[in-house]
Amino acid sequence: MSGMYRHRLKIQVLAAALLNGYVLGFQKGKIFTGKAKAFCVPVLNCYSCPGALGSCPIGALQTALGAGHHVPFYVLGLLMVFGILAGRLVCGFLCPFGLVQDLLYKIPIKKRKVPEKIDRKARYIKYGVLLVMALFLPALMGAIDGIGAPYFCQYLCPAGTLEGGLPLVGMNPALQQIIGGLFQWKVLVLLGILAASAVIHRPFCRYLCPLGAFYGLFNRFSFYQMEVRKDKCISCKRCEEVCPMTVSVTENINSGECIRCGRCRTACPTDAIISRFQVKK
Amino acid sequence: MKKGRDTSYSPIGSRRWALAVRLGILALAMVFIGIGIARQEHLEVLQKAVRICLECIGIG
Repeated sequence: MSGMYRHRLKIQVLAAALLNGYVLGFQKGKIFTGKAKAFCVPVLNCYSCPGALGSCPIGALQTALGAGHHVPFYVLGLLMVFGILAGRLVCGFLCPFGLVQDLLYKIPIKKRKVPEKIDRKARYIKYGVLLVMALFLPALMGAIDGIGAPYFCQYLCPAGTLEGGLPLVGMNPALQQIIGGLFQWKVLVLLGILAASAVIHRPFCRYLCPLGAFYGLFNRFSFYQMEVRKDKCISCKRCEEVCPMTVSVTENINSGECIRCGRCRTACPTDAIISRFQVKK
Repeated sequence: MKKGRDTSYSPIGSRRWALAVRLGILALAMVFIGIGIARQEHLEVLQKAVRICLECIGIG
């Protein structure tokens, strides 16, 4: 599987292109309306992106909860399948907004390291975003009046603004007439996250992404596992030096913070790190 | 894939137990999807996704 890691960028670009492959949408300023949109893609990819061929699972989850009449079994089931198969591997390899952040981090300017104390605590914010903005508030408002809003999408999601908001508003004069303070707020959030991405590795994935938080819960249990072979490890800590998510690789390689980008694996001088789908006893 | 003696450990106990947990969660997820499809929840997802989500793009 080491080849997979060497070609990660190509896989990310291909995934972003495939997930947003409705080229006509970008030409006409309209969104895809085919039946494929009944299926949720595994990543944060706004279904109002003109090119999107599938649905965003977090958007679909909030909508189902906001309808206020049932547990969203279908979306939860899909999220659990993606999570148990691969965990945050999808963040590292398939997420288009992750790709955007990775590319911005390649800009050759001075990088910043968030102090460990702040970093460690701030990582819990994404669990709060998942629980409060993506689950609790839509469900609560849905239970009250049956029209709970997708609060995460509405107030925070930068992927929606980048992939859906900007292209659609840019191409539709009718939408330009009705944008207001909320759109400006969302553009501000997007710009803040994009600017931070140039100096901090994947700040949105680290601190804010509810989907990353959900998949992170599965990292320890997923079929796809990373392992450190203790008989080969020489404790040089090279893996931890190169880890962009600052995971303690030798102690907790399947941490919920690991996006399984495989940099630790390619950096290991003794090939002590392996990854595989564990499907046998 | 590396070859040789397998000294790796499973993060959730023995390999047999780990596989059982994984398969259990996968089975539960498939049941959820089945219930969802039976209740036509996938059509609700479709219905929402084929219209421009004004909230998602920062207008609604």
